[in-house]
Amino acid sequence: MNKIFLIIRREYLTRVKKRSFIVMTILGPLLMAAIVIVPVYIATMSNEVKTVSVIDETGFFYGKFKDSEAVKFHYLVTDVGSAKATFTKSGDYALLYIPKTELTLPTTAILYSKSQVNINVKSYVKNVMTKQVEELKLEAKIRDLKISEDAKLTTDDILRSIKASVNISTIKIGEEGKEEKSYPEVSMVLALFSGILIYFFIFMFGAQVMRGVIEEKTNRIIEVIVSSVKPFQLMMGKITGIGLVGLTQFLLWVLFTGAIVIGVTSSFSTKVKSADMTQQLITQQKQGPNAMQLQNASDSTNVEREQSNEVISAIESIDFTVMIGMFIFFFLFGYLLYAALFAAVGSAVDSEADTQQFMLPLTVPLILSIVMAQYVIQEPQGPIAFWFSIIPFTSPVIMMIRIPFGVPYFQVILSMVLLVAGFLGATWMAAKIYRTGILMYGKKVSYKELWKWLKYKN
Amino acid sequence: MDLFIAKNVTKTFSNHRALDNVSIHVPEGSIFGLLGPNGAGKTTFIRIVNRILAPDSGELFLMGRPLSPSDISMIGYLPEERGLYKKMKVGEQALYLAQLKGLSHHDAQKRLSYWFEKFEIKTWWNRKVEELSKGMQQKVQFIITIIHEPKLLIFDEPFSGFDPINVNLLKEEILELKKKGATIIFSTHNMESVEELCDTIALIDNSKKILDGNVWEIKKTYKTNTFEVQFTKFEGDTRSFLPTAFEVLEQSPENEHFKAKIRIPAGATPNDLIREMLPHVMIQSVNEIIPSMNDIFIRTVTGQNPDTATSRNEHP
Repeated sequence: MNKIFLIIRREYLTRVKKRSFIVMTILGPLLMAAIVIVPVYIATMSNEVKTVSVIDETGFFYGKFKDSEAVKFHYLVTDVGSAKATFTKSGDYALLYIPKTELTLPTTAILYSKSQVNINVKSYVKNVMTKQVEELKLEAKIRDLKISEDAKLTTDDILRSIKASVNISTIKIGEEGKEEKSYPEVSMVLALFSGILIYFFIFMFGAQVMRGVIEEKTNRIIEVIVSSVKPFQLMMGKITGIGLVGLTQFLLWVLFTGAIVIGVTSSFSTKVKSADMTQQLITQQKQGPNAMQLQNASDSTNVEREQSNEVISAIESIDFTVMIGMFIFFFLFGYLLYAALFAAVGSAVDSEADTQQFMLPLTVPLILSIVMAQYVIQEPQGPIAFWFSIIPFTSPVIMMIRIPFGVPYFQVILSMVLLVAGFLGATWMAAKIYRTGILMYGKKVSYKELWKWLKYKN
Repeated sequence: MDLFIAKNVTKTFSNHRALDNVSIHVPEGSIFGLLGPNGAGKTTFIRIVNRILAPDSGELFLMGRPLSPSDISMIGYLPEERGLYKKMKVGEQALYLAQLKGLSHHDAQKRLSYWFEKFEIKTWWNRKVEELSKGMQQKVQFIITIIHEPKLLIFDEPFSGFDPINVNLLKEEILELKKKGATIIFSTHNMESVEELCDTIALIDNSKKILDGNVWEIKKTYKTNTFEVQFTKFEGDTRSFLPTAFEVLEQSPENEHFKAKIRIPAGATPNDLIREMLPHVMIQSVNEIIPSMNDIFIRTVTGQNPDTATSRNEHP
């Protein structure tokens, strides 16, 4: 409809052009990038020495895991069963098991631990294995090159062809040898982060809808507008316009954050990686006298590279398409549900100071979901997590927290359906209150009064 | 022909009856005054005409057809409680509101520049509304109301907030619109402007219509056969020579002149009065005292004698 489009456009453009929007769009990604990067760096600062036992059935990685100040590796030559038994009694931090592979290069490993595996240990193991596998591939490649004498291959082609991905699963072993899959800390950080982001977005943009309604009421422009369009059109236009502003902001944040994180990490890693890979390539091709020297030089960059790779691998382990898709859905419908109610509250009052009494039923479920977040993280499949992620008022936040841990499909779908239903119900109700409220001035409205408005025919 | 008709409109809010069986006829091309004290139900009625509210019962007709949702493009409404988006630029906002009324961007732009030129406010186009004075905002608002050239215009207290110069400008525009064929419903407390502008009126009090019709007809029914006579060359009391049927309400010297308000008996004419007075005084003027709309308003609403009520209720 043409008129509702006009309203959406106005609501959208006036907000996007505001200085506060531009500032938020720039500050947000800096903040988010900091949230992603800082915890990893803080974690690297831990100075407790961790011992990791390694069972390498493939034999490819012997001596490749270098001891550092924080982690010591020692190699075992037993079978996994007995190693696990001794591991539970030992003071070792973790047990790395690289199973034997036939024909292919090893790309999987299991990290057993007593508690949550430190993300640094995990990503270090992953990096070393990846590097080793890539070197193995490189050797094979060079062997091939020598045979075919095909000099046309560029360095980039070679780098691409040897790219490997190693998958490390982490398993927690209890005192009695009970095994349970553990969740990496990244999921937890990501869960909380996206939950809080949804909470924040709903509050921020919901409150903008409310303020917009109050503005129209106190400006007294409302009567001019409702003589041209239906109140429902105005309400939906406003909600949609502001929702699009939120979406725009979110997408810009994702884009900028991505750019910042990639920018920061690539300044360490990609350059170094390709540089030292090419160096190795050159070294091994020439087999020159300076080979050892070059090798050392590339080793010295390893420290830097590993740090930044930790960040990358932590991020790489997340399925971003699903996360962003889910985020957009739960943000949009969570927002729509709350925005309609915020609009109703805005219509019922004369100034922002009067909103208090009606805000309570809106803020309680939102704050409750943030309070519940910690329980949900501890037990992402438990009954608390289930129920709060199903009920429409708390589901946007709680479901976002659960998703990084994996949620059964039927639960996600049920939650989505109920959220959409909740949105329709809330909008229907809000429209009735809004219609009466926007033309009501100078009257202290009570809940009883709102109830009456709900029952008005027109 | 009546452009707009409302038949037996009733509207009740929870426990308060805002309109009780109100019927009005607005002749095409006329200015119709909708009068009444505060809280009488005028605004509710206007909102019903604008389809902002729906009546509980009753019917509304525009140009002979029942009022339909699409008719809002033929109605222009200037509410009493009016305002604009403060942070928006004047031109941008005028365009937006004009388009909401159904004008295309191109038409809106063309007509707005005509009106902005006419009102000499072209330089405001890129200024924010909050930078304008209240009177300036009212001008913009007036333009927005008439920009889509509606058949029916509804002005609710259009002159509030204007200085006398702009009131005049506005009055001229309203008369101009009438000349171009628009029909205007005009709601106000300002009885002077009613006398000046309105052809017919309806008076609503306490949710009910208590008086309606042609302004001149109403005045005629409310006049009391009272005349004001000015004369000279007399000292003393006019009662001394007038027959008792001629009731002297007031008399006073004014400079060298004398003035008296005299109510003549039913059936008598001004000529009779003059005839009685001629032998005694030198008459300078005789005027019939026609009740002002203000008097009629107060008399019908309060049931009081206008002479005593006027001073107390200057601004009802």
